[in-house]
Amino acid sequence: MRYLRAVSVTVLSLVFAVSLAVFVQAAPAEKNIILSTTTSTQDSGLLDKLIPIFEKKTGYFVKTIAVGSGQAMAMGQKGEADVLLVHSPDAEKKFIAGGYGINRRIVMHNDFIIIGPSTDPAKIKGSKSTAEAFKKIAAAGAPFISRGDNSGTHAKEKVIWKAAGTKYEGEKWYQQTGLGMGQTINVATEKRAYTLADRGTYLALKKRTDLPILAEGDAILLNVYHVIEVNPAKWPKVNAKGAKAFADFMVSPETQAIIKTFGVDKFGSPLFFPDAGKKEENLGK
Amino acid sequence: MDLIYEGIKQAIILIFAFDPEVMGITLLSLKVSGTATFISLFFGISIGTLVALTQFPGKKVVVSLINTGMGLPPVVVGLFVTIFLWRSGPLGFLGILYTPMAIIIAQSVIATPIVMGITLASMQQLPKKLRLQTLALGATPLQSVWVLIKEARLPLLAAVMAGFGGVISEIGASIMVGGNIKGYTRVLTTATVMETGKGNFEVAIALSIILLVMAYCINYILTHIQQRGRNF
Repeated sequence: MRYLRAVSVTVLSLVFAVSLAVFVQAAPAEKNIILSTTTSTQDSGLLDKLIPIFEKKTGYFVKTIAVGSGQAMAMGQKGEADVLLVHSPDAEKKFIAGGYGINRRIVMHNDFIIIGPSTDPAKIKGSKSTAEAFKKIAAAGAPFISRGDNSGTHAKEKVIWKAAGTKYEGEKWYQQTGLGMGQTINVATEKRAYTLADRGTYLALKKRTDLPILAEGDAILLNVYHVIEVNPAKWPKVNAKGAKAFADFMVSPETQAIIKTFGVDKFGSPLFFPDAGKKEENLGK
Repeated sequence: MDLIYEGIKQAIILIFAFDPEVMGITLLSLKVSGTATFISLFFGISIGTLVALTQFPGKKVVVSLINTGMGLPPVVVGLFVTIFLWRSGPLGFLGILYTPMAIIIAQSVIATPIVMGITLASMQQLPKKLRLQTLALGATPLQSVWVLIKEARLPLLAAVMAGFGGVISEIGASIMVGGNIKGYTRVLTTATVMETGKGNFEVAIALSIILLVMAYCINYILTHIQQRGRNF
């Protein structure tokens, strides 16, 4: 009897475990889309608004993986994602040229800003250009917090450093977090440091940071988001239909209208500006 | 101070308003970590008992391996499970990366050595003669093992608690293999990190409090079972 009980307890717990596992099992794969995107689209709350609309409309299930643009493209390069929503133009062009992605379409833009302590120890306020502001930060040795995660923001930061022509890597005042935009702003706030942020995440975090905007409006600070479908010819397992449906959705007039007003009620100004169909060269003019 | 007070207030509001999203996240955490604990109990106790009760060459090596496994870093497990489950990986055909199933697998891998190690230690601690005695009294080998497991009830329930505690609180593996997908693979720990990143510290504190209260309740129940009939 005792032996029976031991066996039945074991069997029952196994059955329980397996049934639970089946219970939480995934939907069929062809209905799943893996969207690899940047932390800024998630941290700003935009995707939380758009994705339920898309899912309701099409019946697809979107798995949003929010990482930096660099990692998002690395996932696309291995065929581990179906569609990308990213903001790292130079890397994107390489991605397309390498045959990893197709149908790169412009979705929206906002801009980057430099935020920092209101005391502005490096006196960057009123600088003629962003590059000059960076030069001043370097010259003053004022703490600067970098994302350091190969994200679109990090890529942009490197472009600006290059334009400034100063040494920054390995300097004592230059620190990398390796975290998303939201957390990096938090770190900069605590450390009273300068950082480069996208306006969307900054506005979304406004209530938590007291760092004011110290430089903005330069053409170099434009932040453009593109949607890219991962090339199914290269990766047959990619959900090409779903990727196309999502990309089409992002540039559709209805979605663009939502992007246009997103954030107005909460922050008083939109977080992103819709750009579908426009040419990247003509933005910000 | 304001923040902590606000966080606690918000936690109470979120819990008692039965906020559907928070409830969903909490339930998923319970389901995923509970299932993983069950799976780890099966493998951990059976293999742990087997290793404890048999003598074989290289046993010390195996025992050291199990003990090392008790400290397996979740991120390392997460990384390897991710690589295996990638579309291009050896188990890619399953298509279960970024699903709750993937988190269950990763958490089982984390919890199994914990349960195994404690089982092993508690079985070895039993008097050697007990087993011989049961066998001499005519028990079949399985019956004998059952008696031993019952005898080691206290430390074994500690194994359950350690295993469950290990996985409900881990984040590295959950975020890597689950992806923190809203309403699907977002568990309490990954949601806490994300809300912190968004600057929603009140919600993050609220989620942490829910996590702590839940862990306490589960452990209270387990302790209750463990200490049943004991007055000390």
